[in-house]
Amino acid sequence: MISSLHLVLAAILAWLAIGVIGLARPRNIRFVARVLFSASAAVGLGLAGVALSSIGNAVQGLVLPLGLPDLPFHLRLDALSSFFLLLLGAASAGISVFSAGYFRPSEGAAPGLVSLQYHTFLAAMALVLVADDAYLFMVAWETMALASFFLVITDHRLPEIRRAGFLYLLIAHVGAIMILLCFGVLQGGDYTFDSMRLANRSAAWSSVAFLLALAGFGAKAGLLPLHVWLPEAHPAAPSPVSALMSGVMLKTAIYGLLRVTFDLLDGQLWWWWGVLALVLGLATALFGVLFATVQTDMKRLLAYSSIENIGIIVAGIGLAILFRSYDKPLLAAIALTATLYHALNHAFFKSLLFLATGSVLHSTKERSLGKLGGLIHRMPWVAWLALAGTLACAGLPPLNGFVSEWLLLQAFLFTPTLPQSFVNMLVPLAAAALVLAAALAAYVMVKFYGVVFLGRPREPNLAYAHDAGRFERVALCWFAAGCLMLGLFPVQVIALIDSVNVLLLASQVSRPGVSWWLLAPIDADRASYSPVIVLVVTVVVLLLTIQIVHRHYHGRLRKGPVWDCGFPAQTPRMQDTAEGFGQPIRQIFEQFFRIERVLPTPFDAEPRYFVKAEDHFWYWLYGPIARAAEWAARQIGRIQQGRISVYLTYSFFTLLALLYFVR
Amino acid sequence: MSASAFLSQLLQLAIALLLAPLLLGWVNQCRAWLQNKSAPSLLLPYRTIRKLFHKDAVVAENASPVFRITPYVVFSAMALAAAIVPSIATDLPFAHAADAIALVGLFALARVFIALAAMDLGTAFGSIGARREMFVGFLAEPALLMVLFTASLISGATLLPTIVETLAHRDIAIYPSLAFAGVAFTMVSLAENARIPVDNPATHLELTMIHEAMILEYSARHLALIEWASALKLFNYSCIGIALFLPFGIAQGSTDWTAILGAVPVLIGKLAMGGFALALIETVSAKMRLFRAPEFLGTAFLLAVLAMLVNLLLGS
Amino acid sequence: MSAVPLWVQLSNLFAAVLLLLAFAMLAQRRVLSLIDLFAAQGFALACSTAIVAYATRQPHLFWSAGLTLVLKVILLPWLLHRLIRQLDVRWDVEGLINVPTTMLIGIVLVVFAFNLAFPIAQLASTVTRATLGIAMASVMLSFLMMITRRKAVPQVIGFLSMENGLFFAATSATYGMPMVVELGIALDVLVAMLILGVFFFQIREQFDSLDLKHLEKLKEHE
Repeated sequence: MISSLHLVLAAILAWLAIGVIGLARPRNIRFVARVLFSASAAVGLGLAGVALSSIGNAVQGLVLPLGLPDLPFHLRLDALSSFFLLLLGAASAGISVFSAGYFRPSEGAAPGLVSLQYHTFLAAMALVLVADDAYLFMVAWETMALASFFLVITDHRLPEIRRAGFLYLLIAHVGAIMILLCFGVLQGGDYTFDSMRLANRSAAWSSVAFLLALAGFGAKAGLLPLHVWLPEAHPAAPSPVSALMSGVMLKTAIYGLLRVTFDLLDGQLWWWWGVLALVLGLATALFGVLFATVQTDMKRLLAYSSIENIGIIVAGIGLAILFRSYDKPLLAAIALTATLYHALNHAFFKSLLFLATGSVLHSTKERSLGKLGGLIHRMPWVAWLALAGTLACAGLPPLNGFVSEWLLLQAFLFTPTLPQSFVNMLVPLAAAALVLAAALAAYVMVKFYGVVFLGRPREPNLAYAHDAGRFERVALCWFAAGCLMLGLFPVQVIALIDSVNVLLLASQVSRPGVSWWLLAPIDADRASYSPVIVLVVTVVVLLLTIQIVHRHYHGRLRKGPVWDCGFPAQTPRMQDTAEGFGQPIRQIFEQFFRIERVLPTPFDAEPRYFVKAEDHFWYWLYGPIARAAEWAARQIGRIQQGRISVYLTYSFFTLLALLYFVR
Repeated sequence: MSASAFLSQLLQLAIALLLAPLLLGWVNQCRAWLQNKSAPSLLLPYRTIRKLFHKDAVVAENASPVFRITPYVVFSAMALAAAIVPSIATDLPFAHAADAIALVGLFALARVFIALAAMDLGTAFGSIGARREMFVGFLAEPALLMVLFTASLISGATLLPTIVETLAHRDIAIYPSLAFAGVAFTMVSLAENARIPVDNPATHLELTMIHEAMILEYSARHLALIEWASALKLFNYSCIGIALFLPFGIAQGSTDWTAILGAVPVLIGKLAMGGFALALIETVSAKMRLFRAPEFLGTAFLLAVLAMLVNLLLGS
Repeated sequence: MSAVPLWVQLSNLFAAVLLLLAFAMLAQRRVLSLIDLFAAQGFALACSTAIVAYATRQPHLFWSAGLTLVLKVILLPWLLHRLIRQLDVRWDVEGLINVPTTMLIGIVLVVFAFNLAFPIAQLASTVTRATLGIAMASVMLSFLMMITRRKAVPQVIGFLSMENGLFFAATSATYGMPMVVELGIALDVLVAMLILGVFFFQIREQFDSLDLKHLEKLKEHE
């Protein structure tokens, strides 16, 4: 009898098979892109369907005859895995369709090779989500890291891309070591997750395990201070890969954190873990969005925005831990629902935005915001669908970004019921930080969309930009439709997420008897929101206004030159640049950045303006660590004398010591 | 949802749409009195809007559909907000569609669209206006949310009708946290409605404009709708202030039509007082330089956070 | 909420006004407005004391309220205004750190003070003990104002408003102090003001400015 877990396994194998098949004719773009990637999109959709249908089912387990002699591969499909598999399947389907139209002939890596890495990446992520023992988890985790590393350095002839890839791999491994140590602390006899669930630990060891998990999974998710690889790696990778990494891979780290905290460490949570995660998450969110406001490269801007969203997600996890430790299951369920919803939303709108930048990059070859502009006229499909993504990312009703923020703010408002006064007072401050981050996110998104798509073209060659191809349009429509659906039907999505709540927290948010169009998590008199009504009323009033105005008055329109208060000279250089748009924020928060500015003087023959905003963490944290590591390495390097007699002496002494001790 | 509730909802919406320009005229009238000048007629905003509707629209050649759709979107958002904030009755069907947080979200939606429309034409003034408006919004929106949170902590709900009912029905209790929140709310509404001391609505100097700079390119019916939407925004903010800080007189429930109809003159009276207070504040303050605006709004934000903290400490 | 008597609510309100004024003084730049805010704070304090006196039927608190009114609302602001006129200064006060950061630190101090006050308030026996946290918070904010100001007169105002906060703490925790103590404190404050006035003139003569960073130069003479 074929269970859902078998189907998931089949999907994983299908992806691996597709990857291997691509090696048959690696240079044939048509075959690799059109056939293979479309097939992988179909597999992704299938996986999403299987996950959707199995999210409410009982837990399924499977043991494969692979792996170590005394630790074969254990697999497990429960509600948490199903939810993230749904996220993976839906997002990867769209991204694969986009990639089908994305390949162009170039001297970079062969498409077949890229396809192999891509499909290995997908298969490894799916395997991480169903792993039920530490060994399989680590194998899949490492495969995921390696496959994505190769994808990041697809364009490996450029030195900065190689550098970004190296940084990514380094931090990924630092995180992996911490995750490995975490599993070591958690182990209960053998390394299967089942034994870890049953193990008894002292409070100190649980805390150590939680901190290791937070650091390890946080390194992969992009939490402060291990976030530095994100703004380097995401822009360096090709756009579909950036979308996959930002939309899906960061969520596997969130999955890992949830799995360890709520499943493996269940019942041994402490309130200060929640406070730590909350504070760290909010700091990350504010940091990410502040840096995003001063960026001049569109993909870097989106990368920092991803850091912000991950911060919000981790803050939600912190809130859920806090409530759980005070034994308030319903409130913990609301916080967890908000977190998972936000993860799903982010997968959709961030992938949409990254893919849109991919189309822009393809048709204009420009990544810098200072060289784009006015693309809504040349690329209408991309522009209008990117508008949906922009509004979603800014957290505006009635799209999906708003729903998860709404839920999270509702969760914050329940906290005055906690017994500890210090935590009670921390929460208004946390809510204030969260809304500040959300407001800045709107600022960043207006900057992104306004500078890239609106206004006038800043470079003459933008006149030759062409719109996205067929495959790309389908993918962008898929994600935009997803954003709209997730925003309009929150009650149904929450019904899905409730399976996860029941599994992890033994409580659920949705109540029977509530209408399908009204989101009212606790009490309809306390808080409610109906996106459908908001959308319908807005559209109705809009159409009615247009009708009435045109009927009663008239609809005459004349086209003329732009007025601009009568200024005669109107060049594209007169509109705001990206730096200009971010200037007010840069001015207030100057201490947070490390700004390097080169200003022109009146006497320059060729005046030049240059501003660079750098991360303080490089100089305060990574610089000293790198120097210390180099110093230690040099000290150890002294052993290497270069003379044979010295090396023979080393061997001789080792022999003597061994003989002495084994005696 | 009973027919009576729908009727009171429509009545409220109609009153908002009709009275909003009158509020603007009243504020100008009060300001003229305070400055010992003679004011234009109270009905001048209506005549302006009508005049604009009659004109032919002139749109720039490089405008995209975003530019043309924005006035309608902004107007619809403000109209929906007017339907949500309880000004004469609390049993409103639409009020369940959007609570206080969604209300702030609607204001944000209008702000983002107008900023995008300002950037659409690629002019220097449009970009400056968009940048400044988003900047003021980045500080003002959190402050407004914190004020609404204080009210929701006191009343245990974020739905505006429930907040109004709770605040109106407590026995003459004085809420210290609402005192803080009131000051913060006044500062925020001055900033968001483009009033002195943040922005001068009557200025001609483009380099000092925030809100006006964004709508320089609009004409005819588009400009009429945007002006109407700005008046509606001021009306909405006044109604929010009345609902939070002076909620007596708003009819509870939707069956007692004498109470509902009696609430209308009460509302008009409160708005008249509010308009006078606004004119007074505008007369005694000077417009501050733009880079002082973050201090002003930061103070409002921190006062609102302080309001929440005081509420947690004192329990009121 | 009807279980809370009216006078306690009014007292809470005045406490909130006190904290609001402390915050406003932190954010204020102009010296003349600072003095006015200080007078308003004194007035709020006098009203609050009068209310507590009326409700708990302790006539000596009426005397305290009257003393506060005369001293803090009338006499001291008049002295300060005269001082400023004689020194002929109209400053736009720049602090050591900018206003938003100062206010953020102020919020952190408020949270700290509120948390500190919770267990202490349980020990007090008065009904108004919830306002103890506010009193401590306003003391800390005044202290912060003293630290971050560079010119002399705002520092003095910070010191005086700190005394306001302490007085309010006494009123809310123990329904006032013995009359002798209060008279002594009032006299001390008055004398301190007179001496400080003379001191300012000396500083001005020596350094030709009342910016306190000049006082640091004194150490170079060693």
